Amino acid sequence: MTACEKKELLFGIKRAFPIVMGYVPVGFALGVLAADAGLTPFQTGMMSLMVYAGSAQFIAVSMLAAGASYLAIIATTFLVNLRHLLFSASLSPYFKDLDHRLIPLISFYITDESFAVSITDVKEKVRGYAYFLGLYVTSYLSWVLSTVLGAAFGSLIPDTRALGFDFALPGMFLALLCMQIKDGKKAFAALMAGGLSLFFLWVLPGNWNVILASVITAAMGVLLER
Amino acid sequence: MNGHKNLLLLLLGMALVTYLPRLMPAMILSRRNIPEVLVKFLEYVPVSVLSALLLPSILVVEGKINFSLSNPLLVTSLLTFPLAYRMKNMFLTVIAGMVIIVVLNRFV
Repeated sequence: MTACEKKELLFGIKRAFPIVMGYVPVGFALGVLAADAGLTPFQTGMMSLMVYAGSAQFIAVSMLAAGASYLAIIATTFLVNLRHLLFSASLSPYFKDLDHRLIPLISFYITDESFAVSITDVKEKVRGYAYFLGLYVTSYLSWVLSTVLGAAFGSLIPDTRALGFDFALPGMFLALLCMQIKDGKKAFAALMAGGLSLFFLWVLPGNWNVILASVITAAMGVLLER
Repeated sequence: MNGHKNLLLLLLGMALVTYLPRLMPAMILSRRNIPEVLVKFLEYVPVSVLSALLLPSILVVEGKINFSLSNPLLVTSLLTFPLAYRMKNMFLTVIAGMVIIVVLNRFV
């Protein structure tokens, strides 16, 4: 690894900080629910290792607890995680100069949070594979470990809300959003997408809000740019 | 272990349907030039996604929209917003917001 790659790796790890702060308490909470649903810490960890998708895992665990069929859980997981299509497509231009053999590895780690941070960083400056792995793998490990710990030691976990952890992810989204609002059109898009997201959350079950709000708003953005 | 037989099958299914939407656009689109209209579309995706994630994360408390000053996440966001907008710094914004919400929860 060259000195430059090392620097990028460290930068990526550093940028994972708010994600880790957000994932740890949520991961604990998921682990506790998974244990309640009858999963062992090992099984909980396997789910996080293989699936790595917070909201889908929460839904899967509650469906398991309710005795849903595996097919229904898989179908729901698919729908809930369709929004990753959008994240993957948005990152694709910035993957162009990477070694293409690494794309299957790097894209595995795309989540709401890792997408949000990396899309902001790649727009600022060209980033190599070491940056992506630093950011993505750090976030991934914090999620996997915290879900296992939650499943194993659920009852021993202190109230992280008293330490402000519940604002880690909203704070991160807020900061990144402010960096994206560069003109009036983007500010309008932010208002529209936020409003639509709440609307769809209210009228449609099943986590469609993010993908629907974003697709509609981005389509409107295309019209605005004409 | 109890009733969760063949859990590995479930996990494999979940893993596959989660991985493919993450992988396919990156694989397909990173190999070619994206049409101009899609570039413009993707230009608006980050701002839309961030706002679509942020608003429910601060307004929806226990499954209900709480648009009032009794919602500490909302109040903290309103107080943090000007800082975030001026600093343009993720780390400092998150720290400032976490300090604000601790103070709010403890003293207000």
